[in-house]
Amino acid sequence: MLSREVAKRVFAREFGESDMAFKEQDDQYAPQYLLTPTGAKCNRIFFVGTLIEKGDIGNDVEYWRARVVDPTGSFMIYAGQYQPEAAQALSGIEPPQFVAVIGKPNTYEMSGETLTSVRPERIHIVDADTYDLWILETARQTLQRLKQLNEGSEDATKAKEHYSTNIEHYKEMVLEALKTISKSGEKVSFIDLSDI
Amino acid sequence: MVRDIAEQLKARFSEMDVEVPLEDIEKKLDELINKFRVPVEEAKRSVVSQYSKDRKSADLLKVKDIQSDGQWISLKTKVVQLWPSESESIAQSGLIGDETGTIRFVSWVKSDLPPVEEGKCYMLKNVVTDEWQGRYNVKLTRSTEIVPIEDDIEVSSVVEEFLGAIVDIQSGSGLIKRCEFCKRALAKGSCGEHGKVEGMYDLRIKGVIDDGKMVQDILLNREIVESLIGITLDEAKKMAAEALDQSLVLDAFRERLIGRYFSIKGPRVGRYILVEDVKSSPKISDQDVTELIKEAEAL
Ligand SMILES: [Zn+2]
Repeated sequence: MLSREVAKRVFAREFGESDMAFKEQDDQYAPQYLLTPTGAKCNRIFFVGTLIEKGDIGNDVEYWRARVVDPTGSFMIYAGQYQPEAAQALSGIEPPQFVAVIGKPNTYEMSGETLTSVRPERIHIVDADTYDLWILETARQTLQRLKQLNEGSEDATKAKEHYSTNIEHYKEMVLEALKTISKSGEKVSFIDLSDI
Repeated sequence: MVRDIAEQLKARFSEMDVEVPLEDIEKKLDELINKFRVPVEEAKRSVVSQYSKDRKSADLLKVKDIQSDGQWISLKTKVVQLWPSESESIAQSGLIGDETGTIRFVSWVKSDLPPVEEGKCYMLKNVVTDEWQGRYNVKLTRSTEIVPIEDDIEVSSVVEEFLGAIVDIQSGSGLIKRCEFCKRALAKGSCGEHGKVEGMYDLRIKGVIDDGKMVQDILLNREIVESLIGITLDEAKKMAAEALDQSLVLDAFRERLIGRYFSIKGPRVGRYILVEDVKSSPKISDQDVTELIKEAEAL
């Protein structure tokens, strides 16, 4: 039995800045991966955020597009007839709403630029506590990947080669995300840009 | 002729307290005598020594002492849990255990053994050990003898914990029907073994929990489902009856659980953790956040 792929935790900004999609085998059914700048090799991702807009952009059949924001940016999700459960769920959710999404990364080219989106397998309404937990977990795992970027693992090496990853940029992203769940923000010694 | 000798040998084995099916003996003898032209006396000796060996190696072991595969052993165990069959060739599978641990067992349809019952204790004579994905299980075969015993066995198990988000609940979860004879989950009202049966309702969840690094299959039985969701089997039946749709219950479970964080605990068996304890993840603590901020700044 084929083992199920782990759902990686990445923030929207990092996901949006990814463009390295590949397969490991030359087979049309081989799993597709998206390698992110901090070296997360994603066949599936799990994220929580606020669904802020959605619309049916299909002609004859329903094709839902929605935007889910996290503290760092937004994920675009598209669900049509091949994602029946997610499409049905999306049609019933009125934004704004906290949602959890489990889905597959997708990339497409538009005027020379690679855009990322998500094909959701599942999308469900969750609460604010779940959002906090996801931010903390994703911050922790992103930080761990940043620390391991120079340790020479295959994914890290490939990510560094492809993106010339700017560690400072993603460190700031993690800090921004953590700030949104920190209750003692004042005591923490980093610069809050919105106060300037 | 072969049949007569086989019957003689079977009687002899019985005296030695070894039960071997007649057809097994007959098949071996037939092969030796008729195919390989072994003299009758030699063939008898060969069969006797083979089964006596089986008998000698079928030591009574404790579950924790199972550490090699292909070993013929006997176990004094309690049936902890029976699982729905995932294959037509499997008569029963589940979890058995003793004071030292639990282990998965399988009995095959072709072995034609009497079924065991959940919660009951048995002496299982002559089962064979097997290894799969680094974990042992035992197979009940044709030469296995199942003897019900009266005393109750206190089962201990190795408990594992997993903290993560539930990312899937598979079909076959929710309000399901099981065969009233073998407890297997019915497919379209039919039991793989007993055909069309009336069936009994049950609640269960086959799910997947994921922490971003590992995925773990989990099984939740009725008791756990009832306490986690706060809905009883009777209420679930009522829900389904009112909506004329059994899948409504599964949808409700998915709504309640997918995308949320839980910590679960239970014995690991094969690819599953059999969940005995499940809690919603506690809210984030400010201390965790502060520590992580310091860690990020130090990078
Ligand atoms: Zn049955």
